Amino acid sequence: MGNTLRKFNQVKQSLLEERARHYDEAKTVIQVGSATCENAAGAEDVRAEFEKLLKASGRDDILIRQTGCTGRCSQEPIVGVFVPNQFPFKYEKMTVAKVQDIFQQHVLGGQPVVELILDKKTSILYSRVVTFSSLSTVSTGLPSKWAPIFQERLKAQGLPVDTIRAFTGGCLGLYPAGEEGDRVGMMVFPEKVIYAFSTEQELDQIIQSHFIENKTFESLLVKVDPLINRFFSLYGDVAFFNKQTRLTLRNSGIIDPESLADYIANDGFEALAMVLSKNDPQYVIEEISRSGLRGRGGGGYPTGRKWQDATTSPDPERYVVCNADEGDPGAYMDRSTLEGDPYSIIHGMALGAFAIGARQGYLYVRAEYPLAIKRLENAIAQCREANLLGTNILDSGFDFDLEIRLGAGAFVCGEETALMYSIEGKRGQPRLRPPYPTQSGLWGHPTVINNVETWANVPVIIQHGADWFARIGTESSKGTKVFALAGKIKNSGLVEVPMGTTLKEIIYHIGGGVPEGRSLKAVQTGGPSGGCLPASMIHTPVDYESLQQAGSIMGSGGMIVLDDQDCMVAVSKFFLEFTQDESCGKCVPCREGTLRMLEILRRITDGRGVMEDLDKLERLGRLIQKTSLCGLGQTAPNPVLSALKNFREEFEVHIREKRCPTQKCSQLIKYEINPDKCTGCTLCARRCPVGCISGTARQPHVIDQERCIKCGECFNVCKFDAVNKR
Amino acid sequence: MTNQSTLHPDVVAFIEECLGREHPESFLMAVLHKVQDYYGFLSQAHMYEVAQRLQVPTSTVSGVSTFYHFFRLKPRGKYAISVCLGTACFVKGADNILEAFKTELGIELGETTKDGLYSLENTRCLGVCGLAPVVTINDKVFSQVTPQQVPEILNRVLSQDTEKTAPTPA
Ligand SMILES: Cc1cc2nc3c(=O)[nH]c(=O)nc-3n(C[C@H](O)[C@H](O)[C@H](O)COP(=O)(O)O)c2cc1C
Ligand code: SF4
Ligand code: SF4
Ligand code: SF4
Ligand code: FES
Repeated sequence: MGNTLRKFNQVKQSLLEERARHYDEAKTVIQVGSATCENAAGAEDVRAEFEKLLKASGRDDILIRQTGCTGRCSQEPIVGVFVPNQFPFKYEKMTVAKVQDIFQQHVLGGQPVVELILDKKTSILYSRVVTFSSLSTVSTGLPSKWAPIFQERLKAQGLPVDTIRAFTGGCLGLYPAGEEGDRVGMMVFPEKVIYAFSTEQELDQIIQSHFIENKTFESLLVKVDPLINRFFSLYGDVAFFNKQTRLTLRNSGIIDPESLADYIANDGFEALAMVLSKNDPQYVIEEISRSGLRGRGGGGYPTGRKWQDATTSPDPERYVVCNADEGDPGAYMDRSTLEGDPYSIIHGMALGAFAIGARQGYLYVRAEYPLAIKRLENAIAQCREANLLGTNILDSGFDFDLEIRLGAGAFVCGEETALMYSIEGKRGQPRLRPPYPTQSGLWGHPTVINNVETWANVPVIIQHGADWFARIGTESSKGTKVFALAGKIKNSGLVEVPMGTTLKEIIYHIGGGVPEGRSLKAVQTGGPSGGCLPASMIHTPVDYESLQQAGSIMGSGGMIVLDDQDCMVAVSKFFLEFTQDESCGKCVPCREGTLRMLEILRRITDGRGVMEDLDKLERLGRLIQKTSLCGLGQTAPNPVLSALKNFREEFEVHIREKRCPTQKCSQLIKYEINPDKCTGCTLCARRCPVGCISGTARQPHVIDQERCIKCGECFNVCKFDAVNKR
Repeated sequence: MTNQSTLHPDVVAFIEECLGREHPESFLMAVLHKVQDYYGFLSQAHMYEVAQRLQVPTSTVSGVSTFYHFFRLKPRGKYAISVCLGTACFVKGADNILEAFKTELGIELGETTKDGLYSLENTRCLGVCGLAPVVTINDKVFSQVTPQQVPEILNRVLSQDTEKTAPTPA
């Protein structure tokens, strides 16, 4: 099958030549974020302003490029400036007003605008940056001890310590598989050189050669280019990224998501070309099985086994489906991946289709994601044109094509059987399993359904090998997981960490902790099917089993951080309102049971709850879990039950004292006017929508508690701080 | 089939295209999305014509259009204000934003102002949770909204509108 590789190289060559016509390393690049979140933050205006200035400058050695979301939502819009042979810099919270400075001073003048740099932590004063990292997650080397030793050695050699920054970076999780022993990785920037060493003598040799003689020390050099290295060279010294291991997000925020050539230039479709030339579908299934990859959509079913299941049927008509319904309200991993790197998903699906013998695939995308849909449409069209989709792909005889199908705002359609009905153009009501989709799926044919992130992992595994992948993560949970950090967290955004990383590392070391001096109260994972873990459990590692044991689930990656101002009863009610509203109504326990539970929760937050309600909630919850037909009903009680388990006192205070400690449940709030502070200005009485405040001018006013609807208007308008809320 | 189509020729062409492909009935939702793109909502007449042209039972069309929240069965205002009520927006105070819009416009969720200018809707997560709370007005996304900004946002929308009235229904 030498034809296939030859064909691939031709395709690659012509795409890269086309790309080289407008892009090369000698040019200064201004990279502007382009994603739903970036645009919401104002990225489009920023880009237009750069374009205006660039045009006025008449320079043709400067390029403006777009890229997907880098995961730094809280700091968007983000702009990167890459001047050849200099450290890269990213600017945060860009506005049109800041563009002028950055363009004049940095793009044209070569001087970074320090005050505006992302996270303000900068390598600008350093001539070199050195990071020490473990080579794989099972390595026995201790990277953290080396940074101080390195600095001591520099000092001893009389080298300028303050212009060389050294710190411990995130796990490289990479090469060489199995042989690293107690060696650690040492990356030197801006040269982008990596050494692997284990003794102080070796470190001395590296210092002597690299830092004194300015020669690369060949014998300890690591020749491969780990993915994380790219991140540094494109992002600079940003702690948020240094602690991550980006596999599925390897291209998000790096490539132009509308350029197939960019994807190809970053190893894109290498895995498919290799697999098609080998022409051994079973090899692909075995690699995926051996890698230990499990579904990222929530269930965690082993992906390789699912694929194998689909091949056991004699039915030759088979399908692959990408579940991009991303129903968890508060999660956006899949949106970001689709917008930032649509080609990886197409690549993964093509590999899966080849493995199970499918000729047609479907991407089921929620209609709320217009930009993701647009980028996928564009990517599919480009892939067809390059013969990476369609008939006789790369002259291998393999036919495969993709179609996009839009959801229409039904959470239950994320459930796989409902999703298939929806693709078929029907109402998305789940059915009993078995038969599983791998036995009887779309139009009755074997169908493999995987989540976006699951598909995004496939090309990396095939390209780098199952053994390599299996070294990242824990015994039973392999690889990395992407989380969408949101809620009361400083660095809200997307993070990708090796399985087994603790919640604490994610929330504090990467997420920057809870803002505004508040304290962490709980972490919600798994959305409406998941649970709330109290702050005391933040040492829990993120892997399928540990999270389940702790009383929550991995879910698809939503992670909502709650602080001491959040009410757990209100949060439980929120989730149940959601699932109750989204219940498809097919089976009684889910349809009626969730409604009963919701009524009880509403009673409690309205101040009409009784203590027996808590037992009732638990009994009802367990019944619904056991008797519902599909996963929606089976998991709907989880947020309530886990809150009851971990925050029972809070429910009790709502019932016994008719009080909401965080003042979130508006019906339990009481507004009162303090007669000592009230000047009798009459403002509140005039603003109260129900006219329940009485009093004469210049005399203290009074609220009629019976008629007050707790709208809070009086509290908001009083200029004398005379209205108390409790 | 009648040739007095009430559907836009592009929609009709799209249906024709679907009929030529495998499993034409599976394109029902895609067709309904297209109709909604053109008209803002799904009218009875349009749904009836879709059923005729795509050769699926009318009951299926109405079953599907009522099952999915995204399909609207009545017209919306010229400016569709949609407040995200997803988890991230909820914990960042989306309910206060919703209240502010209700007060400012004098309508409830799901309603349209009498002048046909604004309607108030909600959505469950636009995937911009990192910038919560989020509101969209037609295609424009407003992030990190505060209740105090609500009047200003409405003013800004109206100040960019030259007619300041809703189009008269066709
Ligand atoms: C109510 C409900 C909603 C779901 N929503 C999603 C979703 O939005 N995205 C997703 O990938 N999986 C979702 N799932 C899980 C899917 O049914 C299915 O297990 C998954 O897509 C399989 O892919 P994976 O093995 O790659 O995880 C949902 C399940 C249930 C019960
Ligand atoms: S559990 Fe709920 S969503 Fe699932 S089939 Fe039953 S009613 Fe429908
Ligand atoms: S607004 Fe404040 S000061 Fe004025 S009457 Fe009301 S409570 Fe008194
Ligand atoms: S909370 Fe609202 S209803 Fe109650 S007294 Fe104040 S303004 Fe009136
Ligand atoms: S919860 Fe509002 S955008 Fe996600």
